[in-house]
Amino acid sequence: MNRNSALTLGGVVGIVILALIVLAAMFAAVVTPGDPLNMVGRPLTPPFTDARFPLGTDQLGRDVLAGLLYGARVSLGVGVAAAAAAIIVGMVVGTVAGFSARVVDDVLMRITEAFQTVPTFLLALALVSVLGASASNVVLAIAISSWPPTARLVRAEVLRLRNADYVDAARLSGRTALAIAFLELLPGAVQPVIALVGITVGEAILVESALAFLGLSDPNLTSWGAMVADGRALLRNAPFLVVFPGVAIAGAVLAVTLTGDALAARLRIGGYR
Amino acid sequence: MVVLVALGVFVLLEMAEGDAVDAYLAGLGAAGDPEFTANLRAQFGIDDSLGGRFFTYFVRLIQFDLGYSVAFSRDVSGVILERLPNTALLMMSAIFLSAALGMLLGGIAAVTRGGPTDAAITVGALIFNAMPGFWLGLMGIIVFAVKLRWFPIGGMSTLDANLSPIGATLDVARHLVLPVTTLALTYLALYVRLMRGAMISAATSGWVLAARARGVPALAITLRHMARPALLPVVTMIGLQSGALLGGSVVIETVFSIPGLGSLAFEAVTQRDLPLLAGILLAGTLMVVVANIAIDLAYGALDPRVGFANDREP
Repeated sequence: MNRNSALTLGGVVGIVILALIVLAAMFAAVVTPGDPLNMVGRPLTPPFTDARFPLGTDQLGRDVLAGLLYGARVSLGVGVAAAAAAIIVGMVVGTVAGFSARVVDDVLMRITEAFQTVPTFLLALALVSVLGASASNVVLAIAISSWPPTARLVRAEVLRLRNADYVDAARLSGRTALAIAFLELLPGAVQPVIALVGITVGEAILVESALAFLGLSDPNLTSWGAMVADGRALLRNAPFLVVFPGVAIAGAVLAVTLTGDALAARLRIGGYR
Repeated sequence: MVVLVALGVFVLLEMAEGDAVDAYLAGLGAAGDPEFTANLRAQFGIDDSLGGRFFTYFVRLIQFDLGYSVAFSRDVSGVILERLPNTALLMMSAIFLSAALGMLLGGIAAVTRGGPTDAAITVGALIFNAMPGFWLGLMGIIVFAVKLRWFPIGGMSTLDANLSPIGATLDVARHLVLPVTTLALTYLALYVRLMRGAMISAATSGWVLAARARGVPALAITLRHMARPALLPVVTMIGLQSGALLGGSVVIETVFSIPGLGSLAFEAVTQRDLPLLAGILLAGTLMVVVANIAIDLAYGALDPRVGFANDREP
């Protein structure tokens, strides 16, 4: 019982932080109007000293608060888009592999394993540097490097379900293989995938921030990882430039993970198991 | 497996706009002269058809010839081999620290399940897991290197120090404390979760009940009957995580300026040295494969039921 209430407490904290970040992303332009990359004040204003810049300014006089708010758009947007793409690719590959003939399954699983053997971050790094650093390429790179876990999970579920009675019934009623795979089997395999959603989005946010930290992000967008990289040179004199965006990243990842956990736990209790 | 990855890396190289020759010419500041360019292309073996190029690439790969690094003006394999030991040391130390600490904390959390200690360990591990490695590393630098001056800010060893072998080892260890701890902490949560879960499920098993009925002391039950079976999933996770850890070390090595594969990858990216980047991808993959083979062998030692196929009849 104690464990259940602790889980919901974590879930509540996660959802509240996530809601705050989503609000920040939505109302960034209202709270701090103007381009967050513009110079608006005296460089290196310390935080909590100037009411106009509650979190201070960086070495180029850019408002740190504005950067954080606009950065929420990039981090959440890229994270969610990349995770969604990775999960969709994983579900399609997993369903096809689990439902097709042995040969197709073998080929697809070898490819999946090959992708899984290459260190995820190195692959994303290589892809972005080959494709060029833009927001859409970062999404693409993260998606390409992080679909295999979903694919393996979905394949295992489809393999488990493919001989179930209701699938046989669908086969007897003359539905096409494609319809059976994607309309009968895939929905049954979705539930365990939900448990992966929070982790996948969190990972995507972390990879995005690490790429941005290494300078591989869209130069026209503010990103938390890039803010840390910019502040790094002033680590001794103005550590707040590094502390704030890092807290934002950690908070976002924590919120997404906790929310995902709560969602999965909720479904498990409400589900048939 | 490695062959498939090699094919993928080849596709990646083909996707890139411009080739090594373009990069080389740009570096020289001498674009133009078509004859010179064609000669260079022939020298680098990139003037064939697609199939011919792949064949050349593959034959060279088998001979551990990964091509020529434009940025370093040396063979890619030479540069990689020079950096590999540092990364291997960093990775292995981080894996062991992370797994050992994770097993210890996960075990404690399982024993004190539902209590404040359990909650503190679980929440703490989750928070570390959410932190980006580069940021945790920078925080570590602020606190332990800049403010407290306990550890050096970066690098692998003190440069101009003339140390005895033991002193040099200690020196490297001192340099590695911060990066290894950073890397280990960001991957801690997985092991804590896994160990805690496995030990809790072992606690309800028939054999633990039987041991308790026999009057085996509580500590012995925890260690021998709960912790030991819980080791297997943890060891499996070590293999699965080795790739992620290698990816994490790219950023950590950059933060702590450790001359390893990770910071090499970063240099390859900034200098647009694709042969080098491709070589690092392949070397990284090879490291993951080797790590997993080692893990498979370790199974036999941990679980007497696992053995080589010809060990004995089932």
